[in-house]
Amino acid sequence: MEAHSHPQPHVDAPGSSSRARLPTWALGAIPLTLIVAALAALLTVGGDTLGKRLGPPVEEIAVERTVLRPGEIELTVRNTGPDPVTVAQVFVNDAYVDYAASGNEIGRRGSETFTLDYPWQQDSPYLVTLVTATGVTVEHDIPLAVATPSADGGFYGLMALLGTYVGIIPVALGMLFLPFLRQVREHWIRFFMALTIGLLGFLAVDAYLEGTEIAESGTGAFGGVELLFVGAGAAYLGLVALDRYLRARGERAREAGASAWQLSLLVAIGIGLHNLGEGLAIGSAYAVGELALGAFLVFGFALHNTTEGLAIVAPLSAHRRPSLARLAALGLIAGAPAVAGAFIGASAYNPELAALLIGIGIGAIVQVIVQLVPAIRDRAGRALYPASVGGILTGVAVLYLTGLLISA
Amino acid sequence: MKLDRRQLLGGGTLVAAGALAAVGPRGERAAAQSAAAGHAAMGHGGGAAGPTFRKGATVDHRANGFNPTDVLRDFDAGRTQRLASGRTLREWEVVAADKELEVAPGITYPAWTYNGRVPGPTLRAHEGERLRVRFVNGSEHPHTMHFHGIHPAEMDGVPGVGPGMIRPGKSVVYEFDAEPFGMHLYHCHVGPLAEHIARGMYGAFIVDPRRGREEADELMMMMNGFNTNFDAEGNQVYAVNSIAFHHVNEPIRVRRGELVRIYLANILEYDPINSFHLHGNFFDFYPTGTRLEPADFTDTIGMVQGQRGILELRFPHSGMFMFHAHKTEFAELGWMGFFEVV
Repeated sequence: MEAHSHPQPHVDAPGSSSRARLPTWALGAIPLTLIVAALAALLTVGGDTLGKRLGPPVEEIAVERTVLRPGEIELTVRNTGPDPVTVAQVFVNDAYVDYAASGNEIGRRGSETFTLDYPWQQDSPYLVTLVTATGVTVEHDIPLAVATPSADGGFYGLMALLGTYVGIIPVALGMLFLPFLRQVREHWIRFFMALTIGLLGFLAVDAYLEGTEIAESGTGAFGGVELLFVGAGAAYLGLVALDRYLRARGERAREAGASAWQLSLLVAIGIGLHNLGEGLAIGSAYAVGELALGAFLVFGFALHNTTEGLAIVAPLSAHRRPSLARLAALGLIAGAPAVAGAFIGASAYNPELAALLIGIGIGAIVQVIVQLVPAIRDRAGRALYPASVGGILTGVAVLYLTGLLISA
Repeated sequence: MKLDRRQLLGGGTLVAAGALAAVGPRGERAAAQSAAAGHAAMGHGGGAAGPTFRKGATVDHRANGFNPTDVLRDFDAGRTQRLASGRTLREWEVVAADKELEVAPGITYPAWTYNGRVPGPTLRAHEGERLRVRFVNGSEHPHTMHFHGIHPAEMDGVPGVGPGMIRPGKSVVYEFDAEPFGMHLYHCHVGPLAEHIARGMYGAFIVDPRRGREEADELMMMMNGFNTNFDAEGNQVYAVNSIAFHHVNEPIRVRRGELVRIYLANILEYDPINSFHLHGNFFDFYPTGTRLEPADFTDTIGMVQGQRGILELRFPHSGMFMFHAHKTEFAELGWMGFFEVV
């Protein structure tokens, strides 16, 4: 067949409407339909055209969650590989055990819960080995056996108390600096804003390092470190959008000091998202028995997070007297997510979720830093000058030193 | 002589099928017994009650082609004929075949076998007889049969000596005298040796003394295991006669007061030592079975790889008596069972 057997379509001049046009929706629907059909065809027959894989089936499974109850070890096992995997037997510390499961085969990306009948002892380490139908062994380490707290009323009460101690109370305490900030001179305000930037920068880096570690500890079935970036990107862009929206509203209302209030709200949201991740870490550490509860932990977090309260009220120093209700709302926005994080961490912990939430916290913090930079500019418009650098470094130093007090 | 491999594999299947047919009725009886014994053993297994495979999970012995309960008392005397000299000539044919075995419920293992089972056939002869073992390699890999015993160098079944390595599709005849009397072994000696043994290429070789032994209920136990993940570091499954926990579910039935003779060997690869311990009873132990006087009266013996011996005892009490490796790790990974004394 000739390549040019059909007449070439002539190029329409802009605005020309000489040809009959399909409706816009049809132009969208036709390629979509073709793509779906082509993918379906590839899925059903396309694979066969390439022949089979050279090697044996890939058996990749990982334990996603471990729950310890008296006389029982419950494992949630995720298939992270491309092929279905059948778990045939399980042994714990070199002894085969009876177990209950709804099925043995775990489909691609699927998960299965295995409840092992095993008299584990408090504070002892265990090595669980899953043997697949082909004899492949997958080991799961339980570094220290501690009964998983059962999610009853008392447990939620404890988590709420923990979240209040590490989130709400310290933030509220930090906000008590507001009257002081309202009295000091302008260059001191800029210093405290710079200090806030230092605090937040430290938190972002710290959260990134911790998030990387957590993401790498996961099964990888739903991704690893990239989840940090996904969360961070989403939070950053989401807060930028929120900021633009609030600004637009504020301009319409022409409310004096609205931008200071908005800045405080954004800082509170950013810190709140960060505290969600912090609560998550505390809750999960508590659930696996790795958290040393006690005065030291509460004191350390209180000192650490008090600085967060300072960061929230710093932009309000020039504002006309804010209402107590508004201040309380800011405090709750920043502190209460620690409670929610503790719940999630202690009851439904999973490294992928943790990585995503920590990523969200990082994105929020970075966005807040960007928001705060204009507030530290001096009369010459510089963001970095001796006093602001001093403020930033002081913020970093304060968090570094108070962080040393937290052993969790 | 040239042989078609497909024909050989077919032959191997026939041998296995024949073995199954021969033990069929006994196998059914054993299954019926196990239903009764299973009740008694029910308290055992799981959690604090001891190790077990997942409850209710069983091995398909029919697909495997052998049931360990039958392997215990399955002694292969081969075919005999009297030579002109008056001596007895005893002959066997042993076929190597690659075979997927279910070594624990739900866990398959690509085994290399003699006559389609692990351990291979228990070859049994009398001291002083002339033995002729025709070995046919129906496996995809080169193999030999190396006997523990006294024989000429070219009959040793090692690569590079005499007929050496037997290639896939080839065959060889090993011929030697049955000496000394005792409990011996045979196994493949092709390299890598550890893999050829670990894959299942071994069996018992029993030579009875000229005067014979006292009438007894005789059992052959080959202590073995399977390194299912092929990491060459220990094993994932331990057993006697291959199937872990088999005699927990199907206890070995013996009669109270009757002489029980156990031909015991350790062929376990990737672990330096194995052991046998019997509860509630003591036995006479004859190391390698080459003397008629017991060397020990005990309830526990240890064995390195290739070590073996004969145990003799009468159970004075009826009931369930456990036996297992007194290397607890092996016991809890499957090397454990019960005698049911009736």
